Amino acid sequence: MAFYDGLFDALGLRDWCDQGEDAGPMSMADLLNANNANATDPNAQAFPFPSLDNLHEVCGSIMQTRDFTSGIKEAFLAARPGLKAFLDPITQPLSWMLDGALWLFTETPWWLLIIALLALTWVASRSAATVVLVGITLFVLAFIDHFEMAMQTLSIIFVCTSICVVFGVPIGILMSKFDTLRRMTVPILDLLQTLPTFVYLIPLIFLFSVTESKLYGIAIILYAIVPVIRLTDLGIRLVDPDVVEAADAFGMTGLQRLIKVEFPLALPNIMAGVNQTIMMSLSMVVIASLVSAPGLGRPVLQGIRELEIGVGLVAGLGIVMLAVILDRASKAALSRVDMTNKKQ
Amino acid sequence: MTKTPKVQLRGLYKIFGSRDKDMMAHVKAGMGKPELLEVHKHVLGLQDINVDMQAGEITVVMGLSGSGKSTLIRHLNRLIEPTVGEILVDGIDVTELKPADLRKLRQEKMSMVFQKFALLPHRTVLQNAAMALEVQGIDKDTREAEGMKWLNRVGLEGYENRYPAQLSGGMQQRVGIARALTSNSDIMLMDEAFSALDPLIRTDMQNLLLELQTELQKTIIFITHDLDEALKIADHLVILKDGAVIQQGEPQSILLNPADPYIEDFVSDINRARVLRVKSVMQPLQDPTMMDKLKGQKFAGDVDIRDNLESLIARSEGDTSLQYRVMDGDVPVGELNMRDLVKALVPRISSTA
Repeated sequence: MAFYDGLFDALGLRDWCDQGEDAGPMSMADLLNANNANATDPNAQAFPFPSLDNLHEVCGSIMQTRDFTSGIKEAFLAARPGLKAFLDPITQPLSWMLDGALWLFTETPWWLLIIALLALTWVASRSAATVVLVGITLFVLAFIDHFEMAMQTLSIIFVCTSICVVFGVPIGILMSKFDTLRRMTVPILDLLQTLPTFVYLIPLIFLFSVTESKLYGIAIILYAIVPVIRLTDLGIRLVDPDVVEAADAFGMTGLQRLIKVEFPLALPNIMAGVNQTIMMSLSMVVIASLVSAPGLGRPVLQGIRELEIGVGLVAGLGIVMLAVILDRASKAALSRVDMTNKKQ
Repeated sequence: MTKTPKVQLRGLYKIFGSRDKDMMAHVKAGMGKPELLEVHKHVLGLQDINVDMQAGEITVVMGLSGSGKSTLIRHLNRLIEPTVGEILVDGIDVTELKPADLRKLRQEKMSMVFQKFALLPHRTVLQNAAMALEVQGIDKDTREAEGMKWLNRVGLEGYENRYPAQLSGGMQQRVGIARALTSNSDIMLMDEAFSALDPLIRTDMQNLLLELQTELQKTIIFITHDLDEALKIADHLVILKDGAVIQQGEPQSILLNPADPYIEDFVSDINRARVLRVKSVMQPLQDPTMMDKLKGQKFAGDVDIRDNLESLIARSEGDTSLQYRVMDGDVPVGELNMRDLVKALVPRISSTA
C-alpha cells in the first residue's frame, strides 16, 4: 500500500496529508487491520487503483468512499425540509384523488361496480367481444375472492393514468413544436425510463411518509408518463406534411391547425402511448406495494416474503388477467379512433 | 394590354440556407446555382422572377423537377418566404403582410389545390369541401350548403358522406378542387394538381378545369411538368429552368418561336397539329375594308379561329392547295393557306439541322 507514499512526498503534500490523519472515525476494515497489524494483507497489490479508499490509507486528508455516500445523504437531508415544504402542498391533491378513488372502488356494491366497468368498456371500445372478456375476467377475479384487491389496483391505475394523460399529452405537444424543449426533455425521459423501478422509491421514501398514498402515486406517474409523452411528440411529428401545408394554405391559425388537423391525425399514436402508460402503471403498482400501495401487489409480496407460493401465484395470475383486459379494452378504443385505418 | 395584372412578381429571389440574405451579393454578381452550392452551401431556388398574371387567365408555370416551380407557387401565399423581391396581389405587397393579414389573404383571396390532394383523412368529403369556410368562421349550415353546391358542380353528388380514402385519386382531386372553389377566392393556386392522376382521368380533370374557368373566370396559377397539359390549358405560359424564367408568353408563340435550345428540345416531341390553332398560322386581315374582297375569293370553306390544325387537315383530306376563310364568330378575320399550315407542323429544330 505504500505505492502512493512516494507520490504525495514528491508533490510536497505530506504535511497536508498528516493533518487529517486522525480526523475520521475508524472504519471496520481499519480496526481489523489494527488487530492483525503483523499479518500482511493478502489483498494488497503492488500497484492498487487510486481509489478514494486506497488513497486515504496513505493520505489521511483524502476522504473515504463512505464519506462520499454519506455526504450525498447529508445533502439530501439538508434539502429535505425545503423540498417537502414545496412538494407537499402541490402533491396533496394526488393523495386525495387516490384515497377518493380507493374509497369509491371499494365502497361501491360489487354488482354496481361491475355494471359501471362494463358500461365504461363499451363506451370506450364499442366492441361486444371486449365487453364479454372484461365481464368474464371480473367474475373470475371475484369468484376467487380477489375482486376487492383487483379494484384497488384498478383505481390506482385509473387515477395515475389520468394524471399521466393530463400532463403527458400537453408536454408531448410542446415538445413536437419546440425543438429546444425536446432536446432538454428527452434525456429526462431516458433517465425515467432506464432507472430501475426500485430506485424511484428511495428519494420518495425520504420525502414523504410511507403512510401517504401520494408516495406510490408519484412513483407510478413518473414511471408511466414517459410513453404518452414520447408517442404524442412522435404522433404530431408524423402527421402528413402535405396536410399540414394545406391547413396553412387555407389560413388556419396555429391553434386551429393543432385542434382540427394535427391532434386528430396523431390520435392513434397518442392512444398507443396511453395503452403503454396503462401497462406501465400496472407493472409499477405491483412494485409500489413495497411502499404500502394496496391491491394485488400485496399478496405477491407476501408470497415472496413468507414463501406462500399459492398466494403469490394466484395474485400474480390476477395481475395478468387485469393486464389482459386493460390492454384489450384500450387497444379496442385505439382502433376505434384510428380513422385513417378504418375507412380504407 | 392596358389591364393591370392581378398578380405581379417583381425581382423575386429565393436562396435556401441560413445566410440567404448574405448570399444575394454573390448571386447579383453573377454566381450560378452549382457554384453557389459548392462554394457557399446555399441552394439558389429562384432568381430574378418577373411575371405578370392577368385576372381571369390561366397562367401555367412549366419546368422539370428541380426547376423551382413548386417553390415559386408557394411564394404567392408565402408558404415559403422570399429572400428578396415583391409579390403584388391587387397592388398589395404580400411580403409586407402581418401574420393576421396573411391568414386573411389565404382564407379569402387565394385557395390552393395540391398534387397529393392533402385532404383531411378524418373528415368526410363534405367537411373537407367546407373546410375553407370553417376556417373563416362561417356557420355550419351556410358552409355545408356552399360545399354541397361545389361538390355537385365538380360531379360528386352522393359522395358527400364518404371519407377521402374511400374515393379514387381523380375523385379525391375533385374534392380538392371543390374545397378550393368553396373558399370563393379570386385566385386559385394549383400545384401539379393533375400530375398524380392517370392519363385518362387527367384529361377529364383538365376539361373540367377549362369548363369551370369559362364559367368562373378565376385567376389560376397552374404548375405542371407536362407540356401537353401546359399547352392545353395555358393562356400565359412561363417556362422555368434552374429557378429562372427562360421564356414566357402566349403558348402558341412559344411553340412556334422557342427562345432557346432547352425549349426547342421540349417542344420537339409535341403533336403540333393537335396543339397549334388556326389563329397562330393564319394570315390576319390587316385592313377591315379588305373584308369584301375576301368574299370574292375562292375559298374551300370557313374555319373557326380556335380550331386546331388536326381538324383542318382531316377536313382538307391532305390537299395543300386549298385556302380557307378564318372566322371569329360571324366575322371573317383572316385567311389560311394549307401550305403555311404544313410548314408550321415542322419544328424549327429540324429545319436548322
